[in-house]
Amino acid sequence: MTTHPSQVQLTEDGRLKHFLTTEGLSKALLTEILDTADSFISTQERGVKKVPLLRGKTVVNLFFENSTRTRSTFELAAKRLSADILNLDIAKSATAKGETLMDTLWNLEAMYSDMFVVRHADSGAAHFIAEQVTPNVAIINAGDGRHAHPTQAMLDMLTIRRHQHSIEGKVVAIVGDILHSRVARSQIHALRTLGAAEVRVIGPGTLLPRDIEALGAKPFYNMKDGLRDCDVVIMLRLQKERMNNALLPSESEFFKLYGLTTEKLAFAKPNAIVMHPGPINRGVEIESAVADGPQSVILHQVSYGIAVRMAVMSMAMSGQQTQATEEQA
Amino acid sequence: MRYLHITNARVLDPALGLDQVIDVYVADGRIQAIGHKPHAGEIEHSIDASGQWLVPGFIDLGAHLPEPGYPHKGTIGSETQAACAAGFTHVCALPDSKPVADSPAVIKLIQEKANQAGYARVLPLGALTQGLEGEQLANMVSLTEVGCVALSNARAPFKDSYVLRRVMEYAATYDLLLFLTANDAALAAGGCMHEGPTATRLGLAGVPETAETVALAQLLLLIEQTGVRAHISQISCARSVRMLNHARQQGLRVTADVALANLVYTDEAVTGYNSQFHAQPPLRSEHDRQALLAAVNAGELCISSNHRPHEIAAKKAPFSDAEAGMSLFDVFIPLALQLVERGELQLSALIQACSSQPAQLLGMEQRLSEGATFNAALINPNSQVTISRRALKSRGGNIPCPGETLNGHVSAVFIGGRHVF
Repeated sequence: MTTHPSQVQLTEDGRLKHFLTTEGLSKALLTEILDTADSFISTQERGVKKVPLLRGKTVVNLFFENSTRTRSTFELAAKRLSADILNLDIAKSATAKGETLMDTLWNLEAMYSDMFVVRHADSGAAHFIAEQVTPNVAIINAGDGRHAHPTQAMLDMLTIRRHQHSIEGKVVAIVGDILHSRVARSQIHALRTLGAAEVRVIGPGTLLPRDIEALGAKPFYNMKDGLRDCDVVIMLRLQKERMNNALLPSESEFFKLYGLTTEKLAFAKPNAIVMHPGPINRGVEIESAVADGPQSVILHQVSYGIAVRMAVMSMAMSGQQTQATEEQA
Repeated sequence: MRYLHITNARVLDPALGLDQVIDVYVADGRIQAIGHKPHAGEIEHSIDASGQWLVPGFIDLGAHLPEPGYPHKGTIGSETQAACAAGFTHVCALPDSKPVADSPAVIKLIQEKANQAGYARVLPLGALTQGLEGEQLANMVSLTEVGCVALSNARAPFKDSYVLRRVMEYAATYDLLLFLTANDAALAAGGCMHEGPTATRLGLAGVPETAETVALAQLLLLIEQTGVRAHISQISCARSVRMLNHARQQGLRVTADVALANLVYTDEAVTGYNSQFHAQPPLRSEHDRQALLAAVNAGELCISSNHRPHEIAAKKAPFSDAEAGMSLFDVFIPLALQLVERGELQLSALIQACSSQPAQLLGMEQRLSEGATFNAALINPNSQVTISRRALKSRGGNIPCPGETLNGHVSAVFIGGRHVF
């Protein structure tokens, strides 16, 4: 009854119809996403902001967890694809259990929605919706619990490809709170599939999940060893509540050990790029000199985010349509 | 005398060393003769049980009956009938009903409902603390006097180790039997599956093995200190098996059981976020599963159902939000026999872990010998069953293996000589 997340998101002939996770997707498909995003960037650079790929389609931004940045890039991406967009912020109340969630989604489906962009605090929420609630609406995962944030990971892949020429053979370090990070999990899967030479995760034992090696990442506990010979350094945002949950003593001790400073960045390759999914805590995980420095590509990440989301939305919509046509035939 | 005559069955009672195709004659609720025709009387009814097994009735050391309190999940009637479908003649009902089974009135209500239904007998477990809140002792002696076979706090935590110690001391005074769960609530907090590679991959918060083993160490030390008679319910880790063996080698009289699901499945079943596998205790690693199977085969562990029926909607949610537990009675026999077919579980160990071992713990007799009360089940091991939600006896639709075709079903259950199922 339940299928592996990577399979739920594909049509029978292997095209994307939902986008739930980077795990289990082929190198060819991930590359297609990046190539499509590249083409949107070049049309935008030519001043053509809007394309008609989703004209007449209704996209619903369904955010069960607050997010301004991700939601607005999805909104812009939908608008640039000429879709109609509806934004719903459904703060998850204590009573918003399964039935409520399903009723909400079925109501929206009944309004002829074509795509849901879903953010939810529970790992597996997007998969649950795609498989068991509204399989005929394209589901784009905009972050589910600690599980996946695949569009963020793909915009990071695009950033690496554009600024380091390729992902293949690169050594990438992800630093900070890996335990709670859906971004890190999606990045690890994408990096492995796209041929990165090594994926490292760096942090204290309390913030590295158990058996992370099973995902193909190598744990490090200090920056000096972890950053040695790295081509890419990805810093993660540190949430304040980690201090209250006995996972860390203080922000200052974390910054001392793992905060990215010019000195620590010197352990990496001289041309290494510095990334951050945002929003940045300056002075907690990264110092301003690095965040705004020459090796930082953080603002590029933001602009690529729209193109990547346009790519994924148009591909999934086309996959859903193909499937619907085949089922009718 | 007029006899019930069961012929051609393979009669299996490994505790007695019995494994023979042999005739059984029952009258007045008891086995009157095995292997030979009784001297006097006539046969009233004969059952040809060719190809079937006659086994001692199973005794379940832990099931969640949804009544009182959760009529939408099932009733005592529906669930005790489902228990018969698993070969259980007796079911220990955990006290986590609503209201909690912490007063003689609730116990009596449960007993009345079970008697009216007339299927498997319910052996109530009284609550150890009032409201299962882990603070104030429940009226343990009064609960035992109205028929509780043991006392339990289900999986609810005790406020602190002080309360746990006093609970044990008080129970030891009156030689009461305790069913205890090894679960450190703080270490398990927030977790919804085994902490390991699958949880990391799925981004689900894990329950570490130490949530069980740290609590078990504490239980074992306090059991030793207080001298209370104790049984550990539903262990899930290889390490717990070793700790229990070590304690027994030191002379501690402590028994334990494992839920069938933990013998059949591992945490990998959760891949794909299948909420049917959201269970308490969590399904653990293959290493743990193998150690638990070995312990059952060595006669060190009983098997319980941990049956917990839910309405379909309770599982229709993202994994961590879905309610925990499986409806297991309807699939108990086919899943257990699958382990036997694979050579992972010895048939004799399975039968003893479900009948003679729990009977010994509860001071009951459950055997197929002349003069014994006839509590037994007939199992057809070869009949193919396709598991379908529509054919379930339990109201709980939350079965782990819908659509699968498996072997084995219970064709008859006898309690006190009466053909109840």
